[in-house]
Amino acid sequence: MNNNLYNYILGIADNSLILGQRMGELCGHGPTLETDIACTNISLDLFGQVRSYFQYAAKIAGDGRTEDDIAMLRKEREYKNVLLAEQPNTNFAYTIARQFLFDVYHLAFLSELQNSKDLTLSAIAKKCVKEVSYHERFSSDWVKRLGDGTEESHLKMQEAINDLWTYTDELFHQTESDKVMIKEGVAVDTAKLKENYYKQVSALLEEATLETPESKWFQKGGKKGVHTEHLGYLLADLQYMQRTYPNMEW
Amino acid sequence: MISIEQNIDKKLIPILEQVSDPEIPVLSIMDMGVVRSAVIINNIVKVEITPTYSGCPAMDVIGDDIKHALKNAGYDSEIELILSPAWTTDWITPRGRKALQDYGIAPPLEPEVDKAVLLEGKKIVTCTNCGSQNTRLVSQFGSTACKAQFQCEDCQEPFDYFKCLK
Repeated sequence: MNNNLYNYILGIADNSLILGQRMGELCGHGPTLETDIACTNISLDLFGQVRSYFQYAAKIAGDGRTEDDIAMLRKEREYKNVLLAEQPNTNFAYTIARQFLFDVYHLAFLSELQNSKDLTLSAIAKKCVKEVSYHERFSSDWVKRLGDGTEESHLKMQEAINDLWTYTDELFHQTESDKVMIKEGVAVDTAKLKENYYKQVSALLEEATLETPESKWFQKGGKKGVHTEHLGYLLADLQYMQRTYPNMEW
Repeated sequence: MISIEQNIDKKLIPILEQVSDPEIPVLSIMDMGVVRSAVIINNIVKVEITPTYSGCPAMDVIGDDIKHALKNAGYDSEIELILSPAWTTDWITPRGRKALQDYGIAPPLEPEVDKAVLLEGKKIVTCTNCGSQNTRLVSQFGSTACKAQFQCEDCQEPFDYFKCLK
């Protein structure tokens, strides 16, 4: 099995799986019916995308594990998602800030992944990029609405952006597997996306009358499996059915 | 306007046309454009279908329904889900668009128009109830992954708009 490719796919898939689970938590708990439906639709898109990645990963692993085993039966340290994805839904501003900071990256990432020499990854990216462009519009729109809204919504939006800012740099970190895959033309060289990412994010924050945080101190660890305390609780929820009723299927 | 050729055995078309999208029962999967190929090899029908949206839960049901319809017609079948080329709303046939409109779902417009409607609040989407274009976007996300919610400002009817995907 190609370990580097397998690790690379998990890195991408875990971001969407964990963020999808976070958005799914809002099912029945969104602030309004429309936002509730939007958040769960985004969650559904992400889970759909994740299936394509895990099916491919299972094929590469070739050891009898299925997409469900890979998605549901790993331990915390084996999940390679960025820390941003696992941050909790503290309030709606946090949900939107997390989504926005991820979507801008995700859209740029998928646009590039379409050119991957790996035909399966390229096909998945071509499918996903269309869906994620809707996510990015939704989250950008809400950052503007809350940032340039009432005094209170402005404060909350700014607070959420400030708090989550420390997790943005990790989006561009590269593991050893990532580097090998970049050399082979399979992976996206995320370092090249960074400058444009911060430019785009700052421009939108300005439009939303929000300030771009100046802090240059960033958290990292998720891509190596070292997570914040939030992930364990999230996994307990996510894995409950598979752990309680092993091998259950839809 | 189907830009990518479908490879479908003519004998199978009437059978496949009986299968509809479980969430939009007026729309056959043929008019939806999700069947990319259907050929008979050694008495087994091999069908390739492509999802509209990655997370569309209807795909599993559609796969089962195709198997069932083919079985009733005397064929065993194998269904494969393919991702490339990615489905686009261009593959919905004119008959499919008409069926959507009649069912109360405004069919997709062009991508530029879509952007103008969803982002700039332009009034271009036609109400499926009274035909007025005095409509407004309620939410970019609707009852299923492929739809947005609109409301008519004239007759007040809420309706779905099938988002353009290209």
